Amino acid sequence: MGSGVAVNLENVWIKFGDFVAVRDANVSINGGDFFSFLGPSGCGKTTILRAVSGFLSPSQGRVLIGGKDMAGIGPNRRPTALIFQNLALFPLMKVWENITFSMEVKGASAAERRKRADELLDMIALGGQGDKLPSELSGGQKQRVAIARALCASPDVLLLDEPLSALDLKLRQHMRTELRAIQQRVGITFIYITHDQGEALTMSDNVAVMKAGVIDQIGTGRDVYDLPSTAFVASFVGENNMFRGKILRIDGDSAQVDVAGIGPLVGRISPAASAQLDAGDEAMIFIRPEALAPGEGEAGRTLNATVVNEEFEGNAFTVYLDAGGNAEIRMSLANTGQHRIAERGSRMALHFPAGKAVVVPVGELASE
Amino acid sequence: MKSLNLSRLAFALYLLIFFTYLMGPLLVMSLTAFNSPSFPSASPWECFTFEWFSVLWHDNHIREGIYYSVIIGIGTVVLSVSMGLAASIVLTQIWPRFRSAFYTMIIAPILIPGVVIGISTLVFWDRVGRLLGAGEGSALNGFFHNGLFLTILGQSSFIASYAMLVFVARLQRFDPGLTEAALDLGATHTQAFRKILLPFMRPAIASASVLAFLASFENYNTTTFTIVDYKTLTTVLAQKVRLGIDPSISALAFSIITLTVLAALAVEAFRRHSANRLAARLRGGAAGRLLSGFFRGNVPAVLLVLLSMAVIVTAGVAQRYDPTQCKVAVQAAKKAEIQRRIKALQESRKARESAAPATPAPKAPNANSGAFGNVFAPNNLPGAPGASQTAPAQESPSQKPGNGAFGNVFAPGNLSGASDAPDAAPDSPPARPDNGSGFGNVFDPNNLSGVSGGN
Repeated sequence: MGSGVAVNLENVWIKFGDFVAVRDANVSINGGDFFSFLGPSGCGKTTILRAVSGFLSPSQGRVLIGGKDMAGIGPNRRPTALIFQNLALFPLMKVWENITFSMEVKGASAAERRKRADELLDMIALGGQGDKLPSELSGGQKQRVAIARALCASPDVLLLDEPLSALDLKLRQHMRTELRAIQQRVGITFIYITHDQGEALTMSDNVAVMKAGVIDQIGTGRDVYDLPSTAFVASFVGENNMFRGKILRIDGDSAQVDVAGIGPLVGRISPAASAQLDAGDEAMIFIRPEALAPGEGEAGRTLNATVVNEEFEGNAFTVYLDAGGNAEIRMSLANTGQHRIAERGSRMALHFPAGKAVVVPVGELASE
Repeated sequence: MKSLNLSRLAFALYLLIFFTYLMGPLLVMSLTAFNSPSFPSASPWECFTFEWFSVLWHDNHIREGIYYSVIIGIGTVVLSVSMGLAASIVLTQIWPRFRSAFYTMIIAPILIPGVVIGISTLVFWDRVGRLLGAGEGSALNGFFHNGLFLTILGQSSFIASYAMLVFVARLQRFDPGLTEAALDLGATHTQAFRKILLPFMRPAIASASVLAFLASFENYNTTTFTIVDYKTLTTVLAQKVRLGIDPSISALAFSIITLTVLAALAVEAFRRHSANRLAARLRGGAAGRLLSGFFRGNVPAVLLVLLSMAVIVTAGVAQRYDPTQCKVAVQAAKKAEIQRRIKALQESRKARESAAPATPAPKAPNANSGAFGNVFAPNNLPGAPGASQTAPAQESPSQKPGNGAFGNVFAPGNLSGASDAPDAAPDSPPARPDNGSGFGNVFDPNNLSGVSGGN
């Protein structure tokens, strides 16, 4: 892309009284990117969005849109358009009036507005529905009207505040694809707020994972999933098995961690954390459920556990195992027609491929 | 099953009593507007007449009062709706932190007696005028002592609070996100207010305006102080009551009731109509032709049309209708009744004289049908010397019939004192027909009982 307008946050702090909602955020979003802020509710992601759209001014630091400092510029003069969590469609205006509100306030004639509205309605596949009231539309239709209304303002940056959270699962999955397609068509910068890691991973070019006002990691979806930089990111994004132990040895980018009751496990040190870890430190090692497979592997990539339970989930089996100590292990196996994985209570060896275990410093986990 | 029926019956009875309590006075008052006696009364029905509407129409005081009431009402609506709207926005959106303190402050005028508001408005603007250097007789001084100006300000000071309560209720359902969305889409704050908040508030503004107008129209206790040398409907009516009323007040009440019912029906009809149209649109059908669609499934609309037609027909009939003949007949009937009574009296006197002139006639018990059994009648007082002896011989018509609700306590003959009764009685008939008394003779038992009218 590269055609869109870049957004930069430089050392942004946002405080409400004594409460620090955003702590020293530094983010640079490339023009034309689909960028997501991912985090649990209350982590400050909406606050950042409001600072970008101009409803809040940072207590400290700068917000730059297209390289221009936005300090003192109100929301109505910023090149941004915000799609609200509850959509905030104007209930008393017809759909077409809603869509072209941004033209109305600039004094465009009704005929001009109507024409533009019809174009946008065709784009969102709601042609001929312009004379309805928002209350007469379904959830997904309202969603698309909100998008059209935001796009009608021809913003450089489109901000989306959990717009899919109110939709049911099927529609949500459909709208994800649609949003991504719209973004690629119009080529403007999208900043997307969500607590749903699935949405963030499927749609985004880059993801920032936030926890309690702090941005823990910024990277592509793959980076965030495969090489989490903190224990929080590892546990928040996707399922993960966590083992805690002492680092025995560091060997280049891999570390050997001695886990009580299981033995030494070898994992890759998260690149962001390599400077913080030394032999003898406490550390956490994370292995994805789908990285585990039954059978013996190399030394340091094998663990033994007792089968506790097994669940069939259609496309996959989830096996719950007890590895002694307090570590509960989940293993996810694709459904390839096997009958059953293991007898309940039986002892079983598991292994994982090199590079699929990640070592990070000890930190707070996402509470779920 | 039986107890269910019983409770249903009790409920129906309760409803009946409740609605009688609510509507009874209005109903009776409406009836009196069409009855011909010159004191509003419903029960001895004399002649059906429209004359009180004509009296009302030609009453300049009432017309002027209505005129100023409307002007003051409009001024109060404008002032109190805008003040109330501003206050409600501050209360809900700008200063949520000082909410309770601000709320108490704004609501205070409702709790303060209207009399106090009236006096303090008068005093305050007088002071303001002086402070601005308005001398006696100057234009500015005249402005600060202008009845319309003061009344609008005085009424608005508490009617604005009512309006604010209406607005706050509506604003609490407003999503501030809508204003933000408008701003985000490039609207200025003014545009966001005008295009988003104001349309949302429109129903509340309409109801607050109606409320404010009615509150202003019916206000008396503040207005009576602030009105100075103008008059409103309420002050005119108050004055009239003091000087004696006639059924033109009932006619006014009836007109107001009719207008209110018509307005309520109209509002309901249009509300129902738009609801029907929305429902039709949601069903996907066409909205239907304008007129036939308007009445379909719309009971209030049908009632509205029927009632309007009834009003028009009645007004037409009233132009032609002439109750003179009925009145003449009633007069004749009254005269005949009096003649009959006089005759009866004379006969009974004759009979008494011939039978036993020494025995005092048991006059009091049979003549007194008043609500209080004439306990207040001076003739019943022990200290009424001579009354029992002289009354049989004199029998003044003003004492005798005693049909008044107050047992004739207001009868001029009784007021003059029991001891004078024998002397006063002969004089009372000539004094009665001339209506020069301060109360327009409304309390004259001869008018109330309607049996002695000699003219």
